[in-house]
Amino acid sequence: MEWLQQLINGISLGSIYALIALGYTMVYGIIKLINFAHGDVFMVGAFVGFYAIKGWGLGFFPALLFSMAFCAVFGVLIERIAYKRLRNATRIAALITAIGMSLLIEYGVIYARGAQPEAYPDNVLPSTSFNLFGAQISSQSLFILGVSVGLMIILQFIVHRTKIGKAMRAVSHDMDAARLMGINVDRTISYTFAIGSALAGAAGVIFGVYYTKIEPLMGIIPGLKAFVAAVLGGIGIIPGAMVGGLILGVVESIVSALGFSLWRDAAAFIILILILIFRPSGIFGKNTREKV
Amino acid sequence: MGALLQVKNAGIQFGGLKAVSGFNMELNQGELVGLIGPNGAGKTTSFNLLTGVYVPTEGDILFNGKRLNGLAPYQVTRSGISRTFQNIRLFSELSVLDNVKVAYHSLAKHSILSSIFRLPSHFSEEKVMEEKSLEFLKIFQLDRYKDEKAKNLPYGQQRRLEIARALAASPKLLLLDEPAAGMNPQETHELMELIAFIRKQFDLTILLIEHDMALVMGICERIYVLDHGQLIAAGSPDEIRNHPKVIEAYLGEEVPSEHA
Amino acid sequence: MKKINKFWLFLILAVVIYGIGQALIQTGILNAFYSNMLILMIINIILAVSLHLVIGITGQFSIGHAGFLAVGAYVSAIITMKFELPFVLAIIIGGIVAALAGLLVGIPTLRLRGDYLAIATLGFGEIIRIVFLNIEYVGGAAGMMVSNISTWTSAFVCLVITILVISNFTNSRHGRACIAIRENEIAADAMGINTTFYKVAAFAIGSFFAGIAGGLFSHNFYIIQPTNFGFLKSFDILIFVVLGGLGSLSGSVIAAILLTVISTYLQQYPETRMIIYSLVLVVVMLYRPQGLMGTREITDFFGKKKSAKGGN
Repeated sequence: MEWLQQLINGISLGSIYALIALGYTMVYGIIKLINFAHGDVFMVGAFVGFYAIKGWGLGFFPALLFSMAFCAVFGVLIERIAYKRLRNATRIAALITAIGMSLLIEYGVIYARGAQPEAYPDNVLPSTSFNLFGAQISSQSLFILGVSVGLMIILQFIVHRTKIGKAMRAVSHDMDAARLMGINVDRTISYTFAIGSALAGAAGVIFGVYYTKIEPLMGIIPGLKAFVAAVLGGIGIIPGAMVGGLILGVVESIVSALGFSLWRDAAAFIILILILIFRPSGIFGKNTREKV
Repeated sequence: MGALLQVKNAGIQFGGLKAVSGFNMELNQGELVGLIGPNGAGKTTSFNLLTGVYVPTEGDILFNGKRLNGLAPYQVTRSGISRTFQNIRLFSELSVLDNVKVAYHSLAKHSILSSIFRLPSHFSEEKVMEEKSLEFLKIFQLDRYKDEKAKNLPYGQQRRLEIARALAASPKLLLLDEPAAGMNPQETHELMELIAFIRKQFDLTILLIEHDMALVMGICERIYVLDHGQLIAAGSPDEIRNHPKVIEAYLGEEVPSEHA
Repeated sequence: MKKINKFWLFLILAVVIYGIGQALIQTGILNAFYSNMLILMIINIILAVSLHLVIGITGQFSIGHAGFLAVGAYVSAIITMKFELPFVLAIIIGGIVAALAGLLVGIPTLRLRGDYLAIATLGFGEIIRIVFLNIEYVGGAAGMMVSNISTWTSAFVCLVITILVISNFTNSRHGRACIAIRENEIAADAMGINTTFYKVAAFAIGSFFAGIAGGLFSHNFYIIQPTNFGFLKSFDILIFVVLGGLGSLSGSVIAAILLTVISTYLQQYPETRMIIYSLVLVVVMLYRPQGLMGTREITDFFGKKKSAKGGN
């Protein structure tokens, strides 16, 4: 029953990817920017959560909420400072700015506090493990899965049932038309960054609680993989990011379980390239082509 | 000798949507033919079928007796069909001269290695390209702009340059997609003269999409009419003007007379 | 015969720069630290110019260039260290294998556009790195010992060849075809240009010279490790091209020189270096997205006529 256990590990990891991927996909959907700095928001979220728990002695949920709020503000700041001027810039300029912001956050954090890692205390969540069909399942991984799913449900609610969600969908569909219809595009974009960054912050705290070790460059690889997940599901499509994240997490766990853990990181990129070549619009995407 | 271009029952489907279907057309050497239709009738899509941008999902396209289906756009161009675009697509950062030279690309023979090592073939072929391109610019009276970036030309001249560039690829059949779009009557008039001139000068066959009815009716010998992806009429300007289906398709829009 | 003049001018300039460098190193005015910096500078210029062909000229946004640097570095190191063959041969074979890797990566990915191409090349760059990480023959994560035999002379010869080949390519019908693809791919296709061929060709040539740089790179340090070739390295190269001005060969050369000097002086403070790098990147993109030179070349400032890149 090793497999069931790996599957559960994969789903837990995948739900973290999914939470980060949601921010990528929402931002890409609305301003067509691959926000490379998004993985670093995840890292900042992990650190904020760490200081809240370790420094202020907050519990898991208060720390989670605090980190989410902090990251929401942080994400909006990034957007306002760097990306807002790029609305009419070339794609290359936008992508390079995003790369620059990513490096700036990473090395800014290193500059401020050093590069040494930190460890989350291991008593944040009650950790008992129980037996399910012979597999050892920790209550932590179920808890994490529950929190992730809960956040995704809230997101679905926001996007489909609220006014701001409607505005987000309108702007991502056609920014100019939305503006003409009286939607405040700048504010909608800020909301998108806020929500996406809050989810990344939540992912950061969950990651810290689950994997314990956090460090300033921890956001790079999960960030890239979350992007892969977003592309896999169809970039700009919210359920796609969730499914993509889960698939990626499970595939990685399987690759590790088969004894190829050094190749684990390559698996994500191979998936990325295969999907880009054979179905660039992703699992849920519709094919679009340039109009001639 | 058969027709230069034969389109037999060609069509394309996007997903479930039939953008164009059952499209038939024959163009004879030296003809000037118009393709008209209301917005969204599938005119540009037909051009894209003819030039290999889209692969037809049904039917055949024969050019000089050779099947074109499935050829990439650059192969279609090399076999003798060249085009302009509805929304101008110049190489904006390149000079006017280089824009024309690019069209000469496939007529030159020197290889990448020849250029890298600067072999004699590089120099001789590049010289020919330069001379021929300059000749073209002279014909189109664009030579005084030759070192100007294409994006800095006035709009009307950009349209001219696009036609010059299409001709530099030495086509037998030239496809013009709304060449008069955005032009004032004076410019349109000059354009009509230019089209008549190049047709004679280069012994061309021309197919053009146009919204300006006066232009189409004025210079085309035959006209095809598309509506909802279907060919609804074909014939001389007079036949088209009085064709009931055409009038129906343009209902509400007056089909103007030649001198309107 | 202006073209011929330019060529000789370039060659004379190259000989003079080489002579000065060689003299400074021979007489010991430049110590090992600085002569090493000069070689590193040349490696960076070669990388910048090779990526310039892919991004600046052909407009294909590749951010996995370090992968080809890695291929050249490892292959050439294997040839000198394991087969004990001459360095010259190692460099050439390193370049050729990198070019083959470029073909392998380029053929499937270059049909993608913009952001998607960027991400795919980044993915391939990472895959290449992970492959080397998993090959025990080249030392895996621990890396591979390589003797230090890159010299100012060997590096400079490679640099001159790189610049000549890439500028000759650019100033020909082939280079114009690539620029046409950058400017408007659909129109280039409609003008009879085999766009796939030229995208792949430019990518392979760029990879070839990245491989050459790799040969110099591995033989300039005593050890190479997969971590030397992560995407941060790719970003480093990207910064040269972008800062220099997309489409300007001399711009990428100048940017590579400047940034090599700056980062050498900041070697002791890697965080400060990265913060300055990233700030420069963001500020340049926000306030001068065309980079230092735009698409102009340094020669345009001397000549009377202002012509677009890729002319004559």
